[in-house]
Amino acid sequence: MGKTLYEKIWEKHLVVDKPGAVTVIYVDRHLVHEVTSPQAFEGLRLNGQKVRRPDKTVATMDHSIPTQNRHLPIADPIAAEQVETLKRNCRENDIKLFDLSNPAQGIIHVIAPEQGYIMPGMVVVCGDSHTATHGAFGALAFGIGTSEVEHVFATQTLQQYRSKTMRVHFDGDLPETSTAKDMTLAVIGKIGTAGGNGHVIEYTGDAVKRLSMEGRMTLCNMAIESGARAGMVAPDETTFAYLKGRVNMPTGDQWEQAVASWKRLVSDFDATYDENIVITTKDVVPQVTWGTSPGQVTGIDQNVPSPDDFENAGDKESCRKALSYMGLEGGTPMSEIVIDHVFIGSCTNSRIEDLRAAAQLADGKKVSDSVTAIVVPGSGIIKEQAEKEGLDQIFIKAGFQWREPGCSMCLAMNDDVLRPGDRCASTSNRNFEGRQGKGSRTHLLSPEMATAAAIEGKLVDVRNWL
Amino acid sequence: MEPLTVHEGIAALLDRTNVDTDQIIPKQFLKKVSRTGYGIHLFHDWRFLENGSDNPDFELNNPAFKGASILVAGDNFGCGSSREHAPWSILDYGFRVVVSTSFADIFYSNCFKNGILPVVVSAPDLAKLMSEIRENEGVPFKVDLAEQQLTTPAGTVITFVVDDFRRECLLSGLDDIAWTLQHESAIGDFEQKQQDTDPWLWSV
Ligand code: SF4
Repeated sequence: MGKTLYEKIWEKHLVVDKPGAVTVIYVDRHLVHEVTSPQAFEGLRLNGQKVRRPDKTVATMDHSIPTQNRHLPIADPIAAEQVETLKRNCRENDIKLFDLSNPAQGIIHVIAPEQGYIMPGMVVVCGDSHTATHGAFGALAFGIGTSEVEHVFATQTLQQYRSKTMRVHFDGDLPETSTAKDMTLAVIGKIGTAGGNGHVIEYTGDAVKRLSMEGRMTLCNMAIESGARAGMVAPDETTFAYLKGRVNMPTGDQWEQAVASWKRLVSDFDATYDENIVITTKDVVPQVTWGTSPGQVTGIDQNVPSPDDFENAGDKESCRKALSYMGLEGGTPMSEIVIDHVFIGSCTNSRIEDLRAAAQLADGKKVSDSVTAIVVPGSGIIKEQAEKEGLDQIFIKAGFQWREPGCSMCLAMNDDVLRPGDRCASTSNRNFEGRQGKGSRTHLLSPEMATAAAIEGKLVDVRNWL
Repeated sequence: MEPLTVHEGIAALLDRTNVDTDQIIPKQFLKKVSRTGYGIHLFHDWRFLENGSDNPDFELNNPAFKGASILVAGDNFGCGSSREHAPWSILDYGFRVVVSTSFADIFYSNCFKNGILPVVVSAPDLAKLMSEIRENEGVPFKVDLAEQQLTTPAGTVITFVVDDFRRECLLSGLDDIAWTLQHESAIGDFEQKQQDTDPWLWSV
């Protein structure tokens, strides 16, 4: 019987595979950031160990750093300590670090592919759940806990259990006015936030094949929000074209050899998956979340649901709680929800393509007086590129703030924090209670939808705009 | 890691579904560089009022649950981020066992790394346990890992399953890095072989 892409990568990375014990797999790339690594380095130190393969490890600081006034020292003493600790740990262990002074610094999941650290067929891990992003390259990429970070430091391997496989097939073409963000939200809306538990998702179908690498990264990024361990897309010419010539990519004969091998990284035609989900792609309209979990999502042309719209008692209760937290009434048209903040950024939607799409809509328009809108590019390289194209000027003229790269208001660990009751249209990936600041309310959507919302001061159907 | 064999303790009820890691430990408490001291922040936003005093409406502030070491919660517990601060705060607060119908993957595996036992039970069993706690707040449950059994004073006996390897590790308190390092030569062999078959992975 044929094998799935996941199974092919899994089997190529087995280090210890004995009955009755956990499987040990090899890790080809370990990404590190300041929040989930200090305790792991500390554990290593206490055991008198060093990082086994610094050459397979790369680090940056992104979560707790400020996105403005970078010339000043970090005001928050605890964040400053985290940043200093990461610097020291990387120095002591010879790990390549993209620190704040590096022009390529940015969100770990944005800079790792940008710098050519991610290749098809790799096992990629990071102490961060959105590591799933790198599945876009046909890599097996997933988030791990800090104890596992320490385990990878010490052994360059991970104890893992084989996942089940799920195929999410997009049948047909995506409407021109919808995006990868809408595709990924639609999947979560369909299978729920626990629907993917225990599985690795492979996204297939023409609509996926047609996505750029940026779009595929957006798609895979949110695999974790459906509970899946990872999401992946088989590598193809789009993938190879993105990778070719990047720093850290092989060149010459070795490149040819690599591509030949990567071309075999596809699920066999007779491979079977444990679960099969089909999404009718033409029905994927622009999506927006209305609740406090990414699964509480609907089309912009729909109404906010009421508890009565749900069958199951648990869902009714979740809906009731979410509406009360979100300050919404069931039955309200989604396009009548007034917002006061817009955040364009995060490892889901802060790439150059996202910024271009947003800038195109913002060009010549004005952010509503009642809205504070910020744009946070995913990396220094993206920021530089955007500035070269004049996108920063379009944003600034329209009244958006143009910031330095980092996670920023995606999780509000720095000073980009909302106040209680603030309502934000956000291109990030989580709308949990308090995610963007205690008592704040988040609506997840695409960069296009976020931009339109900034200008109108409320959620709007971007299709009327395009 | 502290071994866990037979554990008996007060069961606290948190009847909420999809409890995510942002609720378990909000991000403002992730800035520390240590593994301990997170218990005081567990469920912070639910647990405390604006002025810092205990929120009397929050389930775990119920005096009957004081000193509880078994947490019984709704479906899909621990979803969201990979932050191990979540199990650290649960452990530091005093819980050794969490019972639910399902757990998010990363959270589930993080529990074992920290000596916490996540127990998966069926929906009807969970409902039964929840009602026993409601009827008798402060009731102690007993969890026997070797037997994979949870028992209550009312005579309910629930069997659960934990993967053999994880069970052995938790029963003995075995450190997983030490376990893997017993296979160090296999790691070296793998690296050698991969350099021959996939040299581009070694070009950076
Ligand atoms: S941008 Fe948000 S989701 Fe992505 S790594 Fe940063 S905090 Fe996590």
